[in-house]
Amino acid sequence: MTYNFDFAAVLAYWPLLLEGIWTTLRLTLFCTVFGILLGGACAVVRTGGPTWARWIVSLYVEFIRNTPLLVQCYFLIFGIASMGIRLPILVGATIALTVNIGAYTTEIVRAGIESIHRGQLEAATCLGLSRTQTYLHVIIRPALERVYPALSSQYVLLMLASSIVSSVGVEELFGISNRIQSETYRNFEIFVVLGGIYLGLAILVRGGFALLGLAMFPRRRKLGTPL
Amino acid sequence: MSPIVELKDVRKSFGELEVLKGVTFEVNRGEVAAIIGQSGSGKSTALRCMDRLETIQGGSMLICGHELHDDDIDLKSLRRDVGIVFQSYNLFPHLTVAENIMLAPRMVKGMKQRQAREIADTVIAKVGLREKMDCYPEQLSGGQQQRVAIARSLAMEPKLMLFDEVTSALDPQLTGEVLRVMEQLAADGMTMILVTHEMAFARKVADRVIYMRDGKVHEMGSSDILRMPATPELAAFVAESAEH
Ligand SMILES: Nc1ncnc2c1ncn2[C@@H]1O[C@H](COP(=O)(O)OP(=O)(O)OP(=O)(O)O)[C@@H](O)[C@H]1O
Ligand SMILES: [Mg+2]
Repeated sequence: MTYNFDFAAVLAYWPLLLEGIWTTLRLTLFCTVFGILLGGACAVVRTGGPTWARWIVSLYVEFIRNTPLLVQCYFLIFGIASMGIRLPILVGATIALTVNIGAYTTEIVRAGIESIHRGQLEAATCLGLSRTQTYLHVIIRPALERVYPALSSQYVLLMLASSIVSSVGVEELFGISNRIQSETYRNFEIFVVLGGIYLGLAILVRGGFALLGLAMFPRRRKLGTPL
Repeated sequence: MSPIVELKDVRKSFGELEVLKGVTFEVNRGEVAAIIGQSGSGKSTALRCMDRLETIQGGSMLICGHELHDDDIDLKSLRRDVGIVFQSYNLFPHLTVAENIMLAPRMVKGMKQRQAREIADTVIAKVGLREKMDCYPEQLSGGQQQRVAIARSLAMEPKLMLFDEVTSALDPQLTGEVLRVMEQLAADGMTMILVTHEMAFARKVADRVIYMRDGKVHEMGSSDILRMPATPELAAFVAESAEH
């Protein structure tokens, strides 16, 4: 039996594919922004907050890290819906993925914060900086610079893992591909194309993080050495 | 002349361990005081208490007009008046020399970039590192980093400078350049208290030498006490230091 490859049949759906790419990118962008804010805040609480708040953050992080992403998505998206709050599915998916990535971000940023030497805090204290100023200028920035490679990788993973929200009905890249597949029966071709697109997107996200890193960390830009 | 630093029967414990067992001394405005003594005698602890990095449990401490045993002490104002430099320079590694120096004037005093930069230019000149303004700490030698740390403290225009063994981590060649900066500061009239193992430097610069032993001031006086110690313990300490 011979199989005739027909990529043209798949590529004919390019407007749909573009739409899927756009949705995946938007999802990734929003989850990146909110995930870093959420994870950063949680990391600060986890390292310097009151004991009860540390506990809450720990519970959150452990819960997320020890349950499947799919279960979390169902739990959050249908949970929100069953409370009678009607959200566009894309918003629900953004929330679910943000909650997930926020936990991983917390752990990464926390490691960064804990790597900052005590002497740095003491120096800031002696100069009269407030706690908030110390966190902003003496702790968070170098902490982020230190864990930035790990953080970038985690967010590339997020982009790849976002395909999972197709199962709750979000028409992102993977969801669209499923649709094209069921219309064309070109299973092999569609997944080759899909793999190529995801690879391209991963390079794009990585590149985006690299550029952002150059803008955020002038020391790294000038010296090129790890902090 | 009224003292700018006044310690009376200061006591400090870490848990069960009593580290300061009633420390009393004064330092006048414009004076340089050197604290010397064996390892573990409580020198660093005494210094850290003066910037309220540690709280005292007994006695009283008056620093630049601030009562340190007060619970509602204005820490921000205390730390404007007091600068402290440690053995480990603790420069902020992600900031340039200029940014390291300007951070506190901008954050704490709310200065504009330009004004902070002027101050930075002034203090960096004092430590002789003008050409290093745009370098990062890792590009500097230990001695240069320590001089930047001193400049960073000076940028807040403190009334009192505390130094805790600021040359102990440095090679002998680099020690000299840091000591020269401190000597110049003293000549400019800065009130300074320095914990040091550099006996020659203490002899040369200090108006007052405080020998601490086992959490107390064991002997105190002008730098002459290093030449003619009154107690056998200080005599032994001086002799021992001379061997190194
Ligand atoms: N944070 C702390 N917790 C518990 N014990 C401490 C603490 N800081 C200092 N100590 C103890 O207090 C004593 C005095 O320490 P301190 O650092 O003041 O001595 P020092 O005179 O500066 O010694 P050195 O010349 O070695 O620096 C030591 O026994 C030390 O172990
Ligand atoms: Mg010490």
